[in-house]
Amino acid sequence: MSAQENARQSHKPSTSEPVEQQTTSVTSNTAALDADVDSILDEIDAVLEENAEDFVKSFVQKGGQ
Amino acid sequence: MSVHRVMGIETEFGISTPGHSTMNAMAASNVIVNAYAAAHMPLGRRMNSWDFLRESPLRDARGFDLSRSEADPSQLTDQDIGLANVVLTNGARLYVDHAHPEYSAPETTTPRDATLWDRAGVAVMAEAVEQVQSAPDGVPMVLYKNNTDNKGASYGCHENYLMARQTPFAEIVRLLTPFLISRQIFTGAGRLGKGQHGQVLEFQLTQRADFFEVEVGLETTMKRPIINTRDEPHADPEKFRRLHVITGDSNMSDSATLLKLGTTSLMLAMIEAGVLNDRHWYPQRPVTAMHQVSYDLDFTWQIPLAFGRSMSALQMQSDMLEAARAFCGNAPDPETAEILALWEAALICIQDGPAACAATMDWAAKYGLMQSYRHRDQLNWDAPQLQAIDLQYADIRPNKGLAFHLERTGRLKRLFSDAQVEDARVHPPTGTRAFFRGECVARYPTEVAAASWDSVVFDIHGQEALSRVPTPDPLRGTQAHVGHILDAAPDAEALLRALGSQGR
Repeated sequence: MSAQENARQSHKPSTSEPVEQQTTSVTSNTAALDADVDSILDEIDAVLEENAEDFVKSFVQKGGQ
Repeated sequence: MSVHRVMGIETEFGISTPGHSTMNAMAASNVIVNAYAAAHMPLGRRMNSWDFLRESPLRDARGFDLSRSEADPSQLTDQDIGLANVVLTNGARLYVDHAHPEYSAPETTTPRDATLWDRAGVAVMAEAVEQVQSAPDGVPMVLYKNNTDNKGASYGCHENYLMARQTPFAEIVRLLTPFLISRQIFTGAGRLGKGQHGQVLEFQLTQRADFFEVEVGLETTMKRPIINTRDEPHADPEKFRRLHVITGDSNMSDSATLLKLGTTSLMLAMIEAGVLNDRHWYPQRPVTAMHQVSYDLDFTWQIPLAFGRSMSALQMQSDMLEAARAFCGNAPDPETAEILALWEAALICIQDGPAACAATMDWAAKYGLMQSYRHRDQLNWDAPQLQAIDLQYADIRPNKGLAFHLERTGRLKRLFSDAQVEDARVHPPTGTRAFFRGECVARYPTEVAAASWDSVVFDIHGQEALSRVPTPDPLRGTQAHVGHILDAAPDAEALLRALGSQGR
């Protein structure tokens, strides 16, 4: 997020370069999102049941309401 | 013109005992309920149980009528079925139902409170699991707040709404059916699997949709109906009906639970007021529509209506929101205003796609996780890791549950602090008879023999017969009604004396 804000600040609004400004912002935004996704997947890797196939197979319930 | 009404959620949790596949689900559920009860009932004190007596004298004395029951204590317990069944200090019921541990939240009067005391139930179950794990001979046990094992079994998350008895049931069926079908776009908890056995490994919005097979009926465990006709008001049957909504998913997201309860309560208010008499949203084939809306991740599928038109679930919800706005007028109370705003925001988010919904809707949060995994590891939808994510999203252990991970990292919005949830785990809501029930259990633990939604049964030392205090009115027995009486009564005998003199 802070990288994105810095990118915005370094490009002072000016009528001559609106397109460039937008491109920079979108790129850094995507990078931030990618980093965010990577970090959550790392977290989930750490807690996800190790043998996914057995884990899923062994979850058998009796019926309910 | 408001979301206020008596309501509450009851949730059956999935249960597994990893490494102990032979353990019977009922026995395991019993262990869970007993572990929690044992931890919260000081040693040497008897454990209260559920009052199965159905007698409800209606004479009203501040909501109470004192009667001496001739029943023997053994008749008031659940010994005949042998399954744990207790009333908690927060007014909830914790018991074993159909091979699942179930938490029935205490009655509340707003969607926000109902959401909080539902969340408190997750804390109850998490603590029960912790108790079982930490016992010297503890069997590993995991609970899931989901609704299917993807192998044919489903278990429910039922909402209860107190309604005016005079509202024609046919109108409830006609107007609530299309609402319950279309609300799935924000209430769904997400599921990887289609068909009751999850035969087709594709993602759908809800856990429950595929388990609905008929339009209207009394069943809850087979041939499940979209509108359930159970009529057990636990209140004055002349005045009230308790609408039992069984279509909903068990939500991990507070926002989804809040919106589910709030929008449904508003729909019921409009049906009660008769302002939707000229609306025709009933689908040609409701059961098919239920499934198709859950399968439609583009939100474009057109529901064919009985009167020839067709519209998407999103359009139907927009129409319903518009009707609710008109119904609530310019100055709705704060709780109602909040629900209207959240409803509108939800419909806008859905148009913007799953990523925009991921902070508030379970299906979108889960879908986002799965898509990220698919992208990183080049997985197809049949990958076991994705099915594991589906399951583990609803694991109620704080360190293992994926929804809790999303909450801790700010990706899934929380509506309550840990302190608020802890308070609701221990204390009852103040605005219904749950206050009287929960406070009696908390204050006179050795003297409450049993309780139910509409009674508290006392076993007073030195008296042969049990004393049963009926609580037929959900809105009596509140803190305002009985707080001072409870405060002045050092024991149950004094309480009964005070209530008795009030009634005469």
